[in-house]
Amino acid sequence: MIKKALGLAILSSVAVSGVAEARDQIRVVGSSTVFPFATAVAERFGKTTSFKSPVVESTGSGGGLKLFCSGIGDKHPDITNASRRIKKSEVKKCASNGITGIVEVKIGYDGIVIANSRKAAVMKLSLKDVFLALAKNVPAGEGKTRTNPYKTWKEVNASLPAAKIEVLGPPPTSGTRDAFVELAMEGGCKKIGWVKALKKKDKKAYKTLCHTIREDGAFIEAGENDNLIVQKLEANPKAFGIFGFSFLDQNADKVQGSVIKGQAPTFENIADGKYPVSRPLFFYVKKAHVGKVSGIKEFLAEFTSEKAWGPEGYLSEKGLIPMPDAERMDWHKKVNGLANLAM
Amino acid sequence: MTETTSPKTISLRKGPANLARRNKAERRFRLYGVIAITVAVAFLGALLLTIFSTGISAFQQIYIALNIEYSSGLIDPKGTKLRDDLSRADYQGLVKQSLRDAFPKARKRRAKRQLYKLISNGAGFDLREKVLADPSLIGQKKTVWLLASDDVDMMVKGKISLETSADNRRISDNQVLWIRALAADGRLEKRFNWRFFTSGDSREPEMAGILSAVMGSFFSLTVCLMLAFPLGVMTATYLEEFAPKNRWTDIIEININNLAAVPSIVFGLLGLAVFLNFFELPRSAPLVGGIVLALMTLPTIIISSRAALKAVPPSIREAALGVGASPVQTVAHHVVPLAMPGILTGTIIGMAQALGETAPLLMIGMVAFIVDVPQSFTDPATALPVQIFLWADSPERAFLEKTSAAIMVLLAFLIGMNLLAVILRKKFEKRW
Repeated sequence: MIKKALGLAILSSVAVSGVAEARDQIRVVGSSTVFPFATAVAERFGKTTSFKSPVVESTGSGGGLKLFCSGIGDKHPDITNASRRIKKSEVKKCASNGITGIVEVKIGYDGIVIANSRKAAVMKLSLKDVFLALAKNVPAGEGKTRTNPYKTWKEVNASLPAAKIEVLGPPPTSGTRDAFVELAMEGGCKKIGWVKALKKKDKKAYKTLCHTIREDGAFIEAGENDNLIVQKLEANPKAFGIFGFSFLDQNADKVQGSVIKGQAPTFENIADGKYPVSRPLFFYVKKAHVGKVSGIKEFLAEFTSEKAWGPEGYLSEKGLIPMPDAERMDWHKKVNGLANLAM
Repeated sequence: MTETTSPKTISLRKGPANLARRNKAERRFRLYGVIAITVAVAFLGALLLTIFSTGISAFQQIYIALNIEYSSGLIDPKGTKLRDDLSRADYQGLVKQSLRDAFPKARKRRAKRQLYKLISNGAGFDLREKVLADPSLIGQKKTVWLLASDDVDMMVKGKISLETSADNRRISDNQVLWIRALAADGRLEKRFNWRFFTSGDSREPEMAGILSAVMGSFFSLTVCLMLAFPLGVMTATYLEEFAPKNRWTDIIEININNLAAVPSIVFGLLGLAVFLNFFELPRSAPLVGGIVLALMTLPTIIISSRAALKAVPPSIREAALGVGASPVQTVAHHVVPLAMPGILTGTIIGMAQALGETAPLLMIGMVAFIVDVPQSFTDPATALPVQIFLWADSPERAFLEKTSAAIMVLLAFLIGMNLLAVILRKKFEKRW
């Protein structure tokens, strides 16, 4: 038995040494929001071309960029997905590891919805309502803040129902949370006159005020699993949940999205840019790997084809909100010409 | 105890004065035990019930029969019959054509789009397989059972409520009428979902299967067993039978016991730092997954092997040594074989633990979307519990039942492994 095991150990070490040759399979890492779209393209790509299906890992936007920027060569990924734009610091980190050629691809938009059960009435909110209901500290007169005292929606805005504020949302590690804080919370926060002025005077204080979500139990961190939030909303008609548009799209018979700034979170409203809480989605490609790892160019062509990311493409069926025609054309040209990232 | 010190108070007929109280305490204690077990069983039952009731329907899939015309104009316009040309053709187009023929009333663009959504996006790939296997099909007309889309599947299985208004459900009123017409025609069937066991992951719930995850788990566990079993048994045997009792062996023993309690994510970090970054082994490979899982199961195997070796009575060793066997012969011919049932039980339980593990795999890139079924130890792969995690996080409703079905498969494997451990112990264990 020991002989057998030793033999296998030697065999497996031989197998390892065989890996050193060039990779023939694209490796994608990054955002869990882009994951369903990237995987859909990867699957089609593998089935319709002679290339292997790319391996797509779900590591989160930040984690993906970290792996992406760690170097050039077979053991580093070729593409990383991101539910936010790459940061200057990340570009710098990439450059310090020799990665200067990066192709940026914007694939479309994702709406973030505040939804509740269909058993309850549709809520009509302004961004200011959202901020006042969910912030840790709220402004109290010129230049002063206090701990958020609001317990019900009515206290936030007299036109809202007198129901307890109870919102289930993603944890701080999630890209959805980052985008929600930036678009909805900050959007409502800067509606208050003196806070807007504060941005210029003291950026740090402004950010702390606008970006901090309350921790007294009115906002409940529900984990990364959005299906779970949908189930909880169904069980508790008083609660609200924050998640991506694709989950609303799939569960429209159970939950409804709140109207924000007079706009309902529908496919059309998000595509037109009318719905205020939507964010662009990206992926980034390492130029040095194009031509080395087979299939990258073809993968880009598949991703940016009309049948994938167009208004009637298969990605829109998965919940991706396509870019307007002109913008799409523009990105298509830039991507397939492998234009370098411009910050 | 103190009550019984004065024997005068005991009358044989009445018994001790506090007997009733002691009996009551006894009954209460038993009741607590029964309550504890009932609560535990109820929780387990509720868990299994929800998993089974949501998951059982995933083992069946809706199929729709369509008259497919393998028109040579669409498949092979040049008439070359070359494999390359045939594999590139638009087979989904054949499906669309036959849907239009079946429901000629759907003429508007919107209606046609809804019509096309009745059949899975993967149906075209199935037709391609058929034509590639038998090019003589081209030009013929055949009735083919095609995979229905996930929304149709959910509706027929009653998981989409038709009472909500059509705007708010994934299936339109027209689609409902078409599905009813197909069902009335006998062109709609529930079939056993073989695909679930024979294909890899997919973004289309109706096409998704667990084979790539099962193979990934199989390769990882093979590596894990090949490393952890010999190492674990050798370590245990040396420590138990040969090593001197001193401070060093004490430190090693404490370390092994501590390792057994280390959270598994830590092993993943170790794997990332040592095997991926230092030894430059490939990412997402079952080889690395197996090594990391082996590190995790080693303590379990060592501890249970030592317990099994300890249980072999010293008389066996003394007798072997007495008839002139060397210490190595004593251990290899007598002690280890006698301890083997216990060692194997520990190993199987360790393997079962490793099978259910996701956290360490996260760091080494095995939380990934894998369509192609892995063929070797270095192909990118994922594992069964990771597949469950990925499906649970997918927006499509049909993945809900797939998640539960995958949990059922995982549970079946776990129960099977534990059963094997019990049988081995019952069959080969010796009592002294």
